[in-house]
Amino acid sequence: MSEAYGLLIEPFASFGFMRTALVACVALALANGPIGTLLLLRRMSLEGDVLSHAVMPGAALGFLYAGYSFAALSFGGFVTGALVAGSAGFSARLHPKRREASLAAFYLLSLAVGVMIVSVRGSNVDLMHVLFGTVLAVDMRGLLFIATVSSVTLLVLAVIYRPLAVDSFDPTFLRSVGAGSGVFRGIFLAAVVLNLVASFQAFGTLLAIGPMLLPAAAALCWTERIWPTIALNVVIGMSADYAGLLTSYYANLPSGPAIVFASGIIYGISLIGAGRTRLRGSTAIEEDRR
Amino acid sequence: MTNFLKGPWRRPLSTAAVRAPDEIAASASGPKLPHALQPGERTYSTLHFPEPMGVELKDVSVAYGTRLAVAGITGRFAPASLTAVVGPNGAGKSSLLKAIAGILPLRSGTIRSTAGGTSDVAYLPQQVEIERTFPVSVGELVALGAWRSFGAFRRPPSAVFDRVAEAAAGAGLEGLLDRLVESLSVGEFQRALFGRLLLQDAPVILLDEPFAAVDERTTEDLLRVVLQWHEAGRTVIVVLHDLGHVRGHFPTALLLARSCIGWGDTASVVTEENLARARDTVRGRTEGPVLA
Repeated sequence: MSEAYGLLIEPFASFGFMRTALVACVALALANGPIGTLLLLRRMSLEGDVLSHAVMPGAALGFLYAGYSFAALSFGGFVTGALVAGSAGFSARLHPKRREASLAAFYLLSLAVGVMIVSVRGSNVDLMHVLFGTVLAVDMRGLLFIATVSSVTLLVLAVIYRPLAVDSFDPTFLRSVGAGSGVFRGIFLAAVVLNLVASFQAFGTLLAIGPMLLPAAAALCWTERIWPTIALNVVIGMSADYAGLLTSYYANLPSGPAIVFASGIIYGISLIGAGRTRLRGSTAIEEDRR
Repeated sequence: MTNFLKGPWRRPLSTAAVRAPDEIAASASGPKLPHALQPGERTYSTLHFPEPMGVELKDVSVAYGTRLAVAGITGRFAPASLTAVVGPNGAGKSSLLKAIAGILPLRSGTIRSTAGGTSDVAYLPQQVEIERTFPVSVGELVALGAWRSFGAFRRPPSAVFDRVAEAAAGAGLEGLLDRLVESLSVGEFQRALFGRLLLQDAPVILLDEPFAAVDERTTEDLLRVVLQWHEAGRTVIVVLHDLGHVRGHFPTALLLARSCIGWGDTASVVTEENLARARDTVRGRTEGPVLA
């Protein structure tokens, strides 16, 4: 018993940075539950990827002017994220058949511009921090920011959930009854960008979308109804956070990638496990028909 | 269990199922819906009769980017009329319907309802426009018909839930209110969308290819609902491809080929000569007229 305690709890009990990292990840997982589920159900995982890259140039500019100032990084990241969200929507309307092409262009451009800006002043270590994050370096102020973003996200999504769901399902309906659908899409995108900014310090530009999408994808293997999916998504996200942090502690690995790796493993297990049950179910039905 | 509309779906459904139809008609508040759809039965008498509302179009043009979908449409859907909108693929039928529904903005011209009040229009999109994998239950989908009574944020009045079961039954979908729409067949899903229209109970009803990919039995049932709407004084505008249906059931027709080829009495509009002209017009200008 005490051995298990030493193995599983001890690292968090003895080190403040491990505790802060865990609480930050858990707070992010709470908001990522509904955000990730809705992103996947709306078939917007590519948009999410683009937005997570779009945070980078702004954060890099913040870094250029203020160094590792949390406020500057977050503010810059939100501004370019929102800017790209707006222009991606506009370019998709310019050429609707090649939507993915313009989205891919946006995320490559954001990444290139971001890396160039960081290398103007920063070292390779800084670049690694921007790309992959430093979840163990989250301080009290960062934690407060993450917790605030997560709470606001949950409240806002709860308020606009009905129109947002209707818009995801039947986009013409809201307009046909005279309720604007663009507003709710905009609020949702703003919430996505805000959460990516909050995840940025912990997971970096390249991985911030991971804790948002992978647990959601894993949860969707097991359930269809929306609330069970969101709940399972949060549980899977938190489990991956815990497992990843422990792994990084014992194996001396970077924690952000370890957490994303853990959720990737859970996704793989879900895909195979739930897929096999589903296959078995469908053959049973076919045999039934015979 | 429930999703964006919390409702006691099971309760009204099970009680509605054991009550006689006339009992339901007597007890339910609000507009009545046709529930039993037996062949030949005239259930439309339970519908309420609102002030019929016409739709007037003046020089209406709708465009996607620089490509005009329809141009220069002028005319009037008379109050309580039943009109089939016909024409080849790419003739702009769906675009015109969307413009009337307020979904597509007009490039030029005006559309107004002749009754003067708010133009309450119910619209049935083509099934491809709906993301059916999104987890929505049949009950929730049908309940959206009462959107104007609760909107984006308010709690739906409890009367809505009784009427949901009735509307679903009226579209021939009993006992499926808790099912996710993803698991429905194309025909069942179309019935669910009709259930939403029944609950919406609007004076103007727009249907975009309501019988596409739907089996014969479902088509028959849904066509009967359309005819009941017509008899109850609704203005119904239907985009259709089956000319047999058009000639058999629709008194007026609008033949489109980016512009109006003919609009009026079906027999005089849907002629072989006009249809050939419409085909040639659309084929000859596949890119459509370009705006200067």
